[in-house]
Amino acid sequence: MKIHEYQGKEILRDFGIPVPHGRVCFSVDEAVTVAEQMGGPVWVVKAQIHAGGRGKGGGVKVAKSLDEVRHFAQEILGMQLVTHQTGPAGQTVRRLLIEEGAQIAREFYLGMVVDRAAQRVALIASSEGGMEIEEVAKHSPEKIHTVRIDPQAGLGEAEAASVVKAIGIPSAAVAEAVAVLQGLYRAFVEKDAMLAEINPLVLTAENHVIALDAKFNFDSNALYRHPEIVAMRDLDEEDPAEIEASKFDLSYISLDGDIGCLVNGAGLAMATMDIIKLYGGSPANFLDVGGGATTEKVTEAFKLMLKNPQLKAILVNIFGGIMKCDVIAEGVVAAARQVHLTVPLVVRLEGTNVDLGKQILADSGLPIISASDMADAASIVVAAAKGAK
Amino acid sequence: MSILINKDTRVITQGMTGKVGQFHTQQCKAYANGANCFVAGVNPKKAGEEFEGIPVYASVREAKENTGATVSVIYVPPAGAAAAIDEAVEADLDLVICITEGIPVHDMLKVRYKMRGKKTLLIGPNCPGLITPDEIKIGIMPGHIHKKGRIGVVSRSGTLTYEAVGQLTALGYGQSSCVGIGGDPINGLKHIDVMRLFNEDPDTDAVIMVGEIGGTDEEECARWIKANMQKPVVGFIAGVTAPPGKRMGHAGAIISGGQGGADEKLAVMEECGIHITRNPAEMGRLMRKILRG
Repeated sequence: MKIHEYQGKEILRDFGIPVPHGRVCFSVDEAVTVAEQMGGPVWVVKAQIHAGGRGKGGGVKVAKSLDEVRHFAQEILGMQLVTHQTGPAGQTVRRLLIEEGAQIAREFYLGMVVDRAAQRVALIASSEGGMEIEEVAKHSPEKIHTVRIDPQAGLGEAEAASVVKAIGIPSAAVAEAVAVLQGLYRAFVEKDAMLAEINPLVLTAENHVIALDAKFNFDSNALYRHPEIVAMRDLDEEDPAEIEASKFDLSYISLDGDIGCLVNGAGLAMATMDIIKLYGGSPANFLDVGGGATTEKVTEAFKLMLKNPQLKAILVNIFGGIMKCDVIAEGVVAAARQVHLTVPLVVRLEGTNVDLGKQILADSGLPIISASDMADAASIVVAAAKGAK
Repeated sequence: MSILINKDTRVITQGMTGKVGQFHTQQCKAYANGANCFVAGVNPKKAGEEFEGIPVYASVREAKENTGATVSVIYVPPAGAAAAIDEAVEADLDLVICITEGIPVHDMLKVRYKMRGKKTLLIGPNCPGLITPDEIKIGIMPGHIHKKGRIGVVSRSGTLTYEAVGQLTALGYGQSSCVGIGGDPINGLKHIDVMRLFNEDPDTDAVIMVGEIGGTDEEECARWIKANMQKPVVGFIAGVTAPPGKRMGHAGAIISGGQGGADEKLAVMEECGIHITRNPAEMGRLMRKILRG
């Protein structure tokens, strides 16, 4: 689960990491009032959306007067901010962060991730602040310093200090920077984060360090023990279809094609999307109904897919493991009746009682096309989607 | 024969008395030699009771001491599953299979840290388990789609493993063992570990390896295969069409930081001599083609 920059900075502050004074605002007037209270002479007006690359998209502006604060707030609030992470449609800006301007002498990068191969938390630091770390990794990998942290010992002072020195933080600021690294590690572990980034961490002319940006991504499997993180969730930043799906315990991701897929199991669901593409079609979504493809879940899944105006056909691909195919077939038929299906439905069932399942589909009187295997299902549904144009 | 488990394996079920545990214990017990294999359950609150004739013990250690079991399977809900793995590791079992989906990543980091230097192997979490057809099934996979034979299967996904197995069985090829290593980012045995075991198993002739987006385990395994594997490997990677930065169902199935894409994995696998297919419906037929020469 992602949060906004201003929320990330609240967490950093709680863990002793210096951040600029600032406040979130929801209107232009509020932005001006906040800026006035904060005092000048320089303010930063920052669009709050979950995607990165906001500056390049015109979502971050430096204001040198209250008039400029008003002007930029008007410009940014409500805009469709397009960045390399939002997709071409962009994301509507609904919140602004008004912050005091900072004196920047130098910029650094700090990040933490869960390193899958090492099975540890990895601290990543670089002298190339303000750039995306993937870009730095490509062009100057020697400027990236990585430490894999021992979970028992935590991030030790000596270890943190050696990283801080390696990226070129002057000795006068080492103690502060070490505290930032250690605070970030504590926040990362205590809040069950999967990713944390301070980019840039800036060094001021007076040799102080300040986190100028904050990015967090939390483990959704651990949210049950973090109500304070759940409270930061901003549903405006999420796909409405994905939110709806999560209410019914369906795993759903919107894609830009026209063939809806309903599958049990994440791996098989991905493979189903892949085979649709391989046969010349384009999947409209990823949808995993989980182990038990019950009538209720299948019905909700159909409703969800049918909300997509692009949808031209649906492929149901169920490998009935423990669940018997006749039970699944009954569920599919009941669901199709309930939602008054308007697009061709291709069903591929495999597993126990598969013949009985196919019979139920055939006897339903509904225009359901039964497929014999995945390849067959894919070629039929791709043809059906093209025919429906 | 098989890897990791066979008809003589004796199994403790942690979380046997819960709804999921009960259902799958019945299914596992009914499969092949299951009635002799599943010898104990663990639940401190129900010690002394029985389920389906299987005695419940207060702890893994007690269950091990009383039954001689060396393997455990875990159906404990996510909040308690990491502690259940810890308990099995502390009792020095040979193998722990964790079916549970949804364990927090930081819990698994701690579990894996504690496992260093211990003899216990872990499969999962968030996996279907493993099966040696006609001998023993430990986990939630449908037993009836399997057939005894000489092909090994290793996969990060549940139903996609069944798909591969179903294709093999339909073509008349049985399986030596099928291992679901799970869809979480922090797990126990990886593709490379299971591949090593299949390479050493005299009764496995060839392996189907099913991967998916996220991480670099498949690439690591592919490089090992190039240098060491004596048997043909057929490979498929799910998620060629998955967009970057989106978690595709499995916690570990995400392309992030420019890493973990399916095309990159397939390219490395092909380079390392794995017989790859981009068509999930062709895994079985490709294996047949290779075995026929």
